[in-house]
Amino acid sequence: MTITPELDRRFRAAAARENLLDVAYDLVDTPIGTLFVAATERGLARIVYDAEADREVEQLARTFGLRVLRTSKPIDAARRELDEYFDGRRREFDLPVDLASIAAFNRRVLGELARVPYGEVVTYGELAARAERPRAARAVGTVMNRNPLPIVLPCHRVIGANGKLVGYGGGLERKEALLRLEGALL
Amino acid sequence: MPPFERFYELYRDEIYAFLIRRLGRDRAEDAFQETFLRALRAYPTLRHGEHLRAWAFTIAGRIAIDEHRRARPAGELPELASEDGRPAFAELEHLAEELPPTERAAVVLRYGYDLDYADIGVALGSNATAARQAASAGIRRLRRKELQQ
Repeated sequence: MTITPELDRRFRAAAARENLLDVAYDLVDTPIGTLFVAATERGLARIVYDAEADREVEQLARTFGLRVLRTSKPIDAARRELDEYFDGRRREFDLPVDLASIAAFNRRVLGELARVPYGEVVTYGELAARAERPRAARAVGTVMNRNPLPIVLPCHRVIGANGKLVGYGGGLERKEALLRLEGALL
Repeated sequence: MPPFERFYELYRDEIYAFLIRRLGRDRAEDAFQETFLRALRAYPTLRHGEHLRAWAFTIAGRIAIDEHRRARPAGELPELASEDGRPAFAELEHLAEELPPTERAAVVLRYGYDLDYADIGVALGSNATAARQAASAGIRRLRRKELQQ
């Protein structure tokens, strides 16, 4: 006996409504692919490209607690802002973010990253300097590579000193697409 | 311990089928939601991931009994003691604490929650015959213990 989609949806919604979850997640469709998006009660916690859902769910459980459940409501705000961003109607995200599980140095670099404006780019070295670690360009590269919230924390705006795009966790094509959307690339 | 999502996906269909057998389709839906909300509340307190299936069925069985009671007019409440006067579930759970896990689950589900052996077999991941054997072995062990005291 398989439960009905309606009953399934009702239970998942009730679990979120009663604040029984450590972390909720859902999938969000965008022009550059389906994103796995997770949020805690503190804010947006993960955005993952090309996610293998089972593996991500295990990761979420290890980081935030065992009560992980797929449910749409806690992700709705992120879905709406991402839709607006990809429509060209939003240049900044207003979502609260949960970076509590991130190491201090990474958090600091991500904080600086969040200040890089829409449509502009910065080099790894420059971002390292802004985080008061001018010689840590390579470490900054690693932080970008492990960015828990790509797009919202705009690591696509960080490029090499020679002007090359260098790398991107979601693949260079996506980095290019995002910079093109923002008018930073012709 | 698996993440709750995994636990839910694994057992939701069986629990739903079980509740439909016990309560009928209409009442099974609310009982289903209540079962997994209760499981979700208790989930962080579990110490390990063994017997999760039996645990889920125990919660569902308890909710089905509450539902039965609610639906029945006052005065007609069934006593949960079994035919030869074995104790009801609260006392039983305590008594059965020292039994091996499978026997304990079988005894509590049979005599505490009044499930039939087919359902207990499902809950324990075996079958009705194995459930009956586990329950009798548990009862024999409890009786021996009683005689020794």
